[in-house]
Amino acid sequence: MRTPVAYFLVVSAALFTIGTVGVLVRRNALVMFMSVELQLNGVNLALVAFSRLHGDLTGQVLTFFSLVVAAAEVVVGLAIIVSVFRRRRTANVDDLAELRW
Amino acid sequence: MSAEQIAFWVFAPISVGSAIGMLLQRNAVHAALLLVVNLVTVAVFYLMLDAPFLFAVQIIVYAGAIMVLFLFVIMLLGVDREEALLEPLRWQRTGAVVLGLAVLAELVTAIHAGVGFAARGPAVFAEGASTRALARTLFRSYLLPFEATSVLLIVAAVAAMVLAHRKAPAPPAEAATTEPEELEVAP
Repeated sequence: MRTPVAYFLVVSAALFTIGTVGVLVRRNALVMFMSVELQLNGVNLALVAFSRLHGDLTGQVLTFFSLVVAAAEVVVGLAIIVSVFRRRRTANVDDLAELRW
Repeated sequence: MSAEQIAFWVFAPISVGSAIGMLLQRNAVHAALLLVVNLVTVAVFYLMLDAPFLFAVQIIVYAGAIMVLFLFVIMLLGVDREEALLEPLRWQRTGAVVLGLAVLAELVTAIHAGVGFAARGPAVFAEGASTRALARTLFRSYLLPFEATSVLLIVAAVAAMVLAHRKAPAPPAEAATTEPEELEVAP
């Protein structure tokens, strides 16, 4: 007997929610970024679960693309954090209140 | 209860628990390690959902490459100090948790209404669940987006180099030509 797909969807909803709360609550730019990754993972899990539900591989292909985009996003995001940290010596988003260096 | 259901009930609490632990963990390194645990459990879910290729990719790309990058940056910046618990906006944390619970309730309601808690889907994929079938779908129907992702990755790599590049200080007259480049030291 297989696990109903909805259970995976509930887990993915929980991961997405925890990621959202993480972005709202945490002040360290790196941990906020990790929370965004958590959100992405929740959405990916939902895509794979729906792919299973409909017996259609398109969801898995979409998850694959999402992984690639996430990798690119992480590279650029971390480069921005490193660059900001070099100038301002902080990774706390409350200290970064200006849109200039 | 089948083996798959037992595996689900073992890994689902680990997954949600490690995510909540990441949220509550004040040390960035520990948060990153908890996120690795979470990514591995999600990979196991992929395996249960007949996505063996994504299982491998999740482990290699996410739990491997991306998290190494995260830990590398944490160590490089030396931000593994504990985060201050100052709250600049009053009620922000409480508000975030309340709104988060509201989002969760909404999503679960939507899942219940849209999918139902008993739906299991067809026993097999229309195209077959193998990696071969996935490759066929990817390279026949989605070849152009696939090529576009390669361009995206190159652009991201160049962007990272441009953003993180530090202009070398003007070299003092005679020295510094043979010296190896100095590594950035965390403050």
